Amino acid sequence: MSTALADDSLAQAGQLRLTWLRFKRHKLAFVSLFIVALFYLVAIFADGLAINDPHATDAKRSYIPPQGIHLFDEDGFNPHVSGLTGKRDMKTFKLAYVPDPARKLKVVLFAHGYSYNLFGLIPTDIHLIGLETPQPVDGIFLLGTDQLGRDLFSRMMVATRISLSIGLVSVGLSLVLGILLGGMSGLYGGWIDTAIQRVIEVIRSIPTIPLWMGIAAALPNTWSVTQVYFAITLIISFIGWTELARVVRGRFLALREEDFVIAAEMLGASQLRIMLRHMLPSFTSHVIAAVSLALPAMIISETSLSFLGLGLRPPAISWGILLQDAQNVQVLAGAPWLLCAAIPVVLVILAFNFLGDGLRDAADPYG
Amino acid sequence: MLMYILRRLLLASITCVAISVLTFVIIRLPPGDFIDAYIANLASTGSSITADQAEAMRHDYGLDRPVIVQYFLWIARVVQGDFGVSMMWRRPVTEVIGDRLWLTMLVSFSALFLTWTIALPIGIYSAVKQYSVGDYIATMVGFLGLAIPNFLLALILMYFGFRYLGLSVGGLFSAEYAQEAWSWAKAWDLAKHVPLPACVLALAGTAQLIRIMRANLLDELRKPYVVTAKAKGIGNLRVILKYPVRAALNPFASSIAYVFPYLVSGSIIVSLVLGLPTVGPLLLQSLVAQDMYLAGTIVLLLGIMTVVGTLISDLLLMWIEPRLRLTGRL
Repeated sequence: MSTALADDSLAQAGQLRLTWLRFKRHKLAFVSLFIVALFYLVAIFADGLAINDPHATDAKRSYIPPQGIHLFDEDGFNPHVSGLTGKRDMKTFKLAYVPDPARKLKVVLFAHGYSYNLFGLIPTDIHLIGLETPQPVDGIFLLGTDQLGRDLFSRMMVATRISLSIGLVSVGLSLVLGILLGGMSGLYGGWIDTAIQRVIEVIRSIPTIPLWMGIAAALPNTWSVTQVYFAITLIISFIGWTELARVVRGRFLALREEDFVIAAEMLGASQLRIMLRHMLPSFTSHVIAAVSLALPAMIISETSLSFLGLGLRPPAISWGILLQDAQNVQVLAGAPWLLCAAIPVVLVILAFNFLGDGLRDAADPYG
Repeated sequence: MLMYILRRLLLASITCVAISVLTFVIIRLPPGDFIDAYIANLASTGSSITADQAEAMRHDYGLDRPVIVQYFLWIARVVQGDFGVSMMWRRPVTEVIGDRLWLTMLVSFSALFLTWTIALPIGIYSAVKQYSVGDYIATMVGFLGLAIPNFLLALILMYFGFRYLGLSVGGLFSAEYAQEAWSWAKAWDLAKHVPLPACVLALAGTAQLIRIMRANLLDELRKPYVVTAKAKGIGNLRVILKYPVRAALNPFASSIAYVFPYLVSGSIIVSLVLGLPTVGPLLLQSLVAQDMYLAGTIVLLLGIMTVVGTLISDLLLMWIEPRLRLTGRL
């Protein structure tokens, strides 16, 4: 940026462009942006990436350890997995299905598998990878199976959709509440401000998990998956809005005294116009940063609630529900791969945190 | 200063009332009441009671009165220290909760203490040696602590303890002490068990506090008075500990108010995973059984204890912040 031309374009650059330029310098945050984008892509194409039907149960393939795809065999490049063969344990006389290297099942790209609707609209049965000829029991179990013989990898792919969307929806709701109440608080001041601030303080001083547990336990058993989903979203956002309201209020308070706001007031602009046209643009980046820091908290909330069995209920699939299977040490000792469901949780939360940090630094013009 | 304390006390009592109302609303939310759950439970074991008996039970427990009356009946007795009878256990709530509440607080306070003792030196180090290898490691560990939900950490620790060390991590007492009366040996046994859940809980809070401390101290370190002090020849360590650290402590101390409720709620879920005899597992059971007095009491007591913890942190803030002590405002 040493040439005069570059300086000119920088001098004329808008707030968003300046933020973006500063954001790109933050390497970790930039990489995180791609990771987050990748997660949302997975959420969109979840069914296509899944290999086996995430809901299909089969007692024969209970607790199968993760199996890799063998890329080569004696004949050269020939991607395959081992088929499952029933073996009778001569001590317990139990029939157990174990991978049998002698049975090779060819793996192909864009294979036909279970049918689903792409984007919820287009019926298809194409999956990114799959067996050349689908088998009743055999399959590709990249991360093993659970007790009911459901493929963990496929379930994780599909869980991404609910876990990430529940975060987005609840942040959306919190944002509406936060901007509305925080904005009122910062704009009007006086007793409205005091009242809203006290409410926020009260909400923040209550330990959240017992509160969530209480509300979540009150949801009727008869509710459908969708109803529970929205109820949980509401519960999470009801408590999550306070931080956003605090950020918005702080910005409003700071901006209210700015010359350009006073100038707009003098010129007779309506309050709504001042808010939307003059004040909002100068703190959108702060709000975006606050949102990306609020998202991981929402995701953890959902995961914790579902983990306790008070959040979403099967047959819904979320990361919390997958981890619920791994709650027991005895189960974990036999099937440690069930803990794999924790990896995306940790990854996405880390990515959101780095992203939020980068955005917050970038949004601060004096940073 | 007196005004400040009074204002804090007033706010704390308002919060307590709000918690009690919220608690009661939550407990009353589920359709049906304890008697319905009780009847369903009886039906599953093959026995039943008549409609008249159910009505009589409702009357006994005051469940046939308007909700608002039920609330005041409940709160009036709570104030007198009578928390009602747990319908699930058929024993007074205080007896069912017993030591559990204190153990919950013990775990939470240990976690708070640990959070402070870890976060403070690491935060100072990270700020003083900004962009050093140690700073990066501290930041990384901090982020990991933030990213791993504490129940997950508990789960992973439990798995590794079981798999590689062959011991069952969890609980707050060894088997031989669990049913014993309190003694020095039992207290020592407890002291040996507390650090693990406290560490698990502290990790996430530590991460936040390290970041706060680091940011505050970095702001202070750039100020001219630090340069002046150094120019006058005071030793580096003394300058940092005596002036900027003290100034940076204020926002740090006020952040406990938000960390403490967080630790208490974390302790509930960690207790469930690690099987700690705190109120966590009891709360889950009572909510599932819709045992309203028990669940209500737990949520209420947890909330109030959190408010008291927060109040203590406020008073602590006053102790280290002269502006508050002298003028009553920040």
